[in-house]
Amino acid sequence: MSAAAFDWATALPVVFLVLMGVAMLAYVVLDGYDLGVGLLLHRATPDQRDTMIASIGPFWDANETWLVLGVGILLIAFPKAHGLVLTALYLPVALMLVGLVLRGVAFDFRVKAQDQWKPLWNLAFWAGSGIAAVSQGWMLGRYITGFAEGSAAHLFAGVIALLLPAAYVLLGACWLVMKTEGALQLLAVRWAKWAWPPLVLGMGLVSLVTPVVSTTVRDRWFSMPEFIALLPIPLATLAALVLARVLLNSKMALGRLCWVPFVAVVSVFVFGAIGLAYSLFPYVVMDQLTVWQAASATSSLAVIAVGCAVTVPAIVGYTIFSYRVFSGKVRELSYA
Amino acid sequence: MDALVLARIQFAANITFHILFPTITIALGWALLFFRLRWLKTGDAGWLMAYRFWTKVFALSFALGVVSGIVMSFQFGTNWPGFMERVGNVAGPLLGYEVLTAFFLEATFLGIMLFGHGKVSERVHLLATGLVAFGTTMSAFWILALNSWMHTPAGVEVRGGEFFVTSWIEVVFNPSFPYRLVHMLLASGLTMAFLVAGVSAWQFLKGKANASSPQALRFGLTVGAVLIPLQILAGDMHGLNTLEHQPAKVAAMEGVWETQAGAPLLLFAVPDQTARTNHFALGIPQGASLILKHDPQAEIQGVNDFKDGHPPVAPVFWAFRIMVGTGVLMLVASWGGLWLLRRQGWSAAQLPRPVLAGLALMAFSGWTATVAGWYVTEVGRQPWIVQGLLRVDEVASAVPGAHIALTLALYLTVYAALLLAYVSVVKHMAEKPVPMPEGLPPRAAPATGAAA
Repeated sequence: MSAAAFDWATALPVVFLVLMGVAMLAYVVLDGYDLGVGLLLHRATPDQRDTMIASIGPFWDANETWLVLGVGILLIAFPKAHGLVLTALYLPVALMLVGLVLRGVAFDFRVKAQDQWKPLWNLAFWAGSGIAAVSQGWMLGRYITGFAEGSAAHLFAGVIALLLPAAYVLLGACWLVMKTEGALQLLAVRWAKWAWPPLVLGMGLVSLVTPVVSTTVRDRWFSMPEFIALLPIPLATLAALVLARVLLNSKMALGRLCWVPFVAVVSVFVFGAIGLAYSLFPYVVMDQLTVWQAASATSSLAVIAVGCAVTVPAIVGYTIFSYRVFSGKVRELSYA
Repeated sequence: MDALVLARIQFAANITFHILFPTITIALGWALLFFRLRWLKTGDAGWLMAYRFWTKVFALSFALGVVSGIVMSFQFGTNWPGFMERVGNVAGPLLGYEVLTAFFLEATFLGIMLFGHGKVSERVHLLATGLVAFGTTMSAFWILALNSWMHTPAGVEVRGGEFFVTSWIEVVFNPSFPYRLVHMLLASGLTMAFLVAGVSAWQFLKGKANASSPQALRFGLTVGAVLIPLQILAGDMHGLNTLEHQPAKVAAMEGVWETQAGAPLLLFAVPDQTARTNHFALGIPQGASLILKHDPQAEIQGVNDFKDGHPPVAPVFWAFRIMVGTGVLMLVASWGGLWLLRRQGWSAAQLPRPVLAGLALMAFSGWTATVAGWYVTEVGRQPWIVQGLLRVDEVASAVPGAHIALTLALYLTVYAALLLAYVSVVKHMAEKPVPMPEGLPPRAAPATGAAA
């Protein structure tokens, strides 16, 4: 063993913070597109609805599991933060859960129940997606400010509560551009174009307001030379947004490049997450609790780290396998 | 009502709703694999139709289990933040391994199992079905390891109020774990068996039977008849294990207030917590001593002896009788049903209507017994959250009671509606006519290998 000052008690909490961040990002991107599809459901004809839901049918369940992993790591690795965060977000968490319950069961009920109930389950699907997305946006907004009190902080959360659903709609619409063809694909392009301006406006607003609301964020971003070094993050975000928008205007988005808008919007989420991570680190709860203060015993973290090292690559592997099995344009789903 | 009671009701409501669905899917996953293999081996379209129908029930049950499970994963933190702060070093890794080894596996391969026909080979599809079944069983393994540890903690030391693990082998394979795991897996098998038999019996009763109904009915009855004696044996052993580690729970189960030699086996009684006695007691003299200690004169400790707290007697006492009573009904129904079926030359359509009606009535008997059994063990653990080491009131949330009451009302409304929808949709699917699979006479050779 070398005498290097490497210390598991310092490193493991950071490893888990990264893993938690990746799990949460995976959740937001993966469940984001299917919640977005759910939010668009009521704008489509009944046949198109079936196609839209078929495009997410094989995936939604595993998508939601990333939320369980993210919250699970918060619970397992940072129990003190878990208690604090979930107590502060008690009501929006409950609302989100009810939304996810409605959306999740509607998948199955809408095709299995008697015909007269199908519109009701479609409504549950749409409303559940909306309730979950708005609650998540509110929670994100509250979390960024470290659950700050005052009307400004709540207004900020309110803006994000509307922004995140818009982002999900854009992501969901681009998913449909990639997975569908014909009239539905054209419709999806229109939906994506609608969702684009509010998202860009909202993201710009949040980028301007966050440093005002939080001094920690301001100090992090607006000091030299950090400001220059960080510039690629907002620039890349902007580039991805512009790329998506330009492509949506061209015929290429309907053909071989149909996957590019989706990937571009996913990268917007990734850049956003990197920016957020930079703003927060090393806090798990902004200005209140650092990653080391919140962490479990090192021995317990080590036990889970071993499990993660083995299982997470396997999970990623069979997730990719599943997406390959159902790659290409969506076909009607049937059990056989 | 104070916030602690509300938090307990909310958690109990959620976990009760949740367990209904894994109880079905753990065993139904394996049953689907069996149906599929039978179809491939025999080419009997009845098995294929059974596979298709029960896949739908599986998908529906699975979805309900997933969404209520997500709620659970949050309620650990929202309702019992102190639990994770104190016991996180034990509970965290066990829950983590459940997510990592079970949740992702079952959720991902479920997509391929449900919708993968024609996209993957039959072999890969069978593998996906097997992995889903394996995932649900692994899930039970980890959850029951944690739950058993809360009843019979081992392999830990407590320093400054926080629990630290000294041996993971002792934590996972704690004294009550083997009994509890076997008891729960058998409960799942029985719940599935009676659901399959009951729904098939309902199809005959309503004149809606199809080619899958006879196979499914016989399958359900056979599995039930094989598992119920094993369950009675496992339950007895589990009870003796509980007597050793949680005697207060057993005292409440048997309704024994004062420590006594030759305690009776009460068949009926109304336990009275304030008067600390039973009313209208009817029992078999010395029966409890005989069953629990295999000696009619043996002494059974009464609840009054447990000075640092004991569970409320009436709910544990009643839930135990409901569980045992349902188990006895299951024994009668499966053995009687199978015997009658054999006398009819295995022709389910010939079964007398009252027999079919009885089986249909028992379609959800597994739920009754499972939930009653969980109430016995969980209410019987009170006032402890970790038996003998940590009390429930030490770990409760600081969330205002009004918030808990509001969300409780919300959850209860949603759950009641979903339960109603679930049962009525299963009934609707059972009654819906299904055409024979195209180009497949009942005994045609299956298209093996290539995707169907």
